[in-house]
Amino acid sequence: MSLRDYRRKFVNAVMLSLTGVCALVTVSVLFFILGYLFVNGWRALNWDFITKLPAPVGEAGGGMANAIVGSAKLLLIAFLSGVPVGLMAGIYLAEFSGKTFGFVVRYVADLLNGVPSIVMGIFIYTLVVLPMHHFSALAGGLALGAMLVPIVLRSTEDFLRAVPGSLREAALALGASRWKAIATVVVPAAARGITTGILLALARVAGETAPLLFTSFQSQYWSPGFNQPISSLPVMIYTYAISPYDNWHRQAWAAGFILLMLVLIANIGARLVLSRRALTARE
Amino acid sequence: MATTTRILPPPSGKGKGGRRLSWLQRLKRGDEIAYLITLVFATSVVLLGALLVLQLWWQSSLARQAFGWHFLVSSAWNPVSDQFGALPFIYGTLVTSGMALLIAVPLGLGAAIFLAELAPRFISDIMTFVTELLAAIPSVIIGLLGIFVLVPILRVYIDPALQGTLGFLPFFKGPIYGLGLFAASVVLAIMIVPFIITVSREILLAVPTEQREAALALGATKWESTWKVVVPYARSGIIGSVFLALARALGETMAVTMVIGNAPLISASLFAPGNTIASVIANEFAEATGTLNLQSLIELGLVLFAVTIVINAFARLLVLATTRKATSHG
Repeated sequence: MSLRDYRRKFVNAVMLSLTGVCALVTVSVLFFILGYLFVNGWRALNWDFITKLPAPVGEAGGGMANAIVGSAKLLLIAFLSGVPVGLMAGIYLAEFSGKTFGFVVRYVADLLNGVPSIVMGIFIYTLVVLPMHHFSALAGGLALGAMLVPIVLRSTEDFLRAVPGSLREAALALGASRWKAIATVVVPAAARGITTGILLALARVAGETAPLLFTSFQSQYWSPGFNQPISSLPVMIYTYAISPYDNWHRQAWAAGFILLMLVLIANIGARLVLSRRALTARE
Repeated sequence: MATTTRILPPPSGKGKGGRRLSWLQRLKRGDEIAYLITLVFATSVVLLGALLVLQLWWQSSLARQAFGWHFLVSSAWNPVSDQFGALPFIYGTLVTSGMALLIAVPLGLGAAIFLAELAPRFISDIMTFVTELLAAIPSVIIGLLGIFVLVPILRVYIDPALQGTLGFLPFFKGPIYGLGLFAASVVLAIMIVPFIITVSREILLAVPTEQREAALALGATKWESTWKVVVPYARSGIIGSVFLALARALGETMAVTMVIGNAPLISASLFAPGNTIASVIANEFAEATGTLNLQSLIELGLVLFAVTIVINAFARLLVLATTRKATSHG
């Protein structure tokens, strides 16, 4: 072999191992984040944290019970307002849409998906908070719901399109009407995928902070109903992390631990539920 | 994206052969009702998008009238004297996103090449899954680690080292706080790397095998076939993935807000505190005093919206064009 070939082989080996290093670095960043959060979060976590209200500044102890309930309430509103729209529009796109309007809906959904979450917050602020003159759980939930719409829509459409056309034809051949075929054959066939898509979408908005800062705002107390400012885990993590108090920092770690666990469980669970086959069918 | 061929015609009637049902018959069978219901929801998605644009436009009208285009080039940001300009925030956004790309693109592309070209499918799938998990971590949690882990490390080790070796450049001069533009760039890089990896990997995998085989048959090494044939073939798609990542970086809020130091300054030094469009909105929106202040913040949101939409649309086109090209060959 000539010297040039040695050089080429050398470059080959170096560059290929560098790409491996790149992959390794990325993966280890994730494991570092997980490990660090587990250690710190677990240490800060205790029963009080889950069951008590935040303690006044300077007092030790206290918890984030209100923020945990708050996050659940916000997600409930988001689910009720965002999922039906995304789901039905997804069915429209996959089963009914013509070319032009289908393209418009799909394009707008992609556009909404790309909107920075903080801009979504501003939008709901101008739409709900300004007319009502105060922050509320409703506004926060609607902001998250608006973020759900495009995600649910696209995943629903994808999973419906993956259902083989022969299933539709079989139902129609048996004399079912279009909507009956869709409601009793097509949607059930894609149900697992659609549910998983919704779960993943919920997991994504559960960690959103920016759109909540000036819609649901925060509160140190319980927030009955849906018409008052309400605490949520992500916003609490933010306020506690940038505060100067050590006790609050510890609580931020505990809250981060809980939030990350929820998000990871939803993500891993969703992928386990989806079989390899469903995934490849989607591509 | 799924590309199942459409078997059924839209219910508006033009069936191939067979008898055509009248509108009333279809209404009776429920088809027309189902169609109309889903149509209403689909239309509401379009209305949601339109309303978003209109609200941002209307609610910033006072600010737009007061400052005009000058808003984009003025660096005044003073709620007391009601003078508002976006320049420091535009600057901060561009600098942090640009720096983040500088860090994330080589890293992400390298990892994508490894996952698509070298690693066995099994390992590649697991590592891709892990990367997707990284993308799913909420921004506020990245920010939490940013404040308590990254910033101290930067302040004690990395920033002084950079200043020691590259201190003659204006970017690395000045006092070191840890918090600042550089910290924000690193945090952003961590957040966008997963997108570059997953999208680029898909695009590389879509490159036809013949391309690689041809290069290898001509005597190219594995690296040469990858770098001189596969990557150029996928170039526009990879650029698309970078732009997708850029759009994310521009709009990323929480993690940046937590580590950037929040000062409306324009400074050459990357160690100086700064502010991005998103971070100033996050910081000041809830406490905005007066209509003009609020409207200026909404106008900032409008600017951010416009920029990310344009970049997103562009990126999607590039990715679409490449995958189309690849599949039509394969």
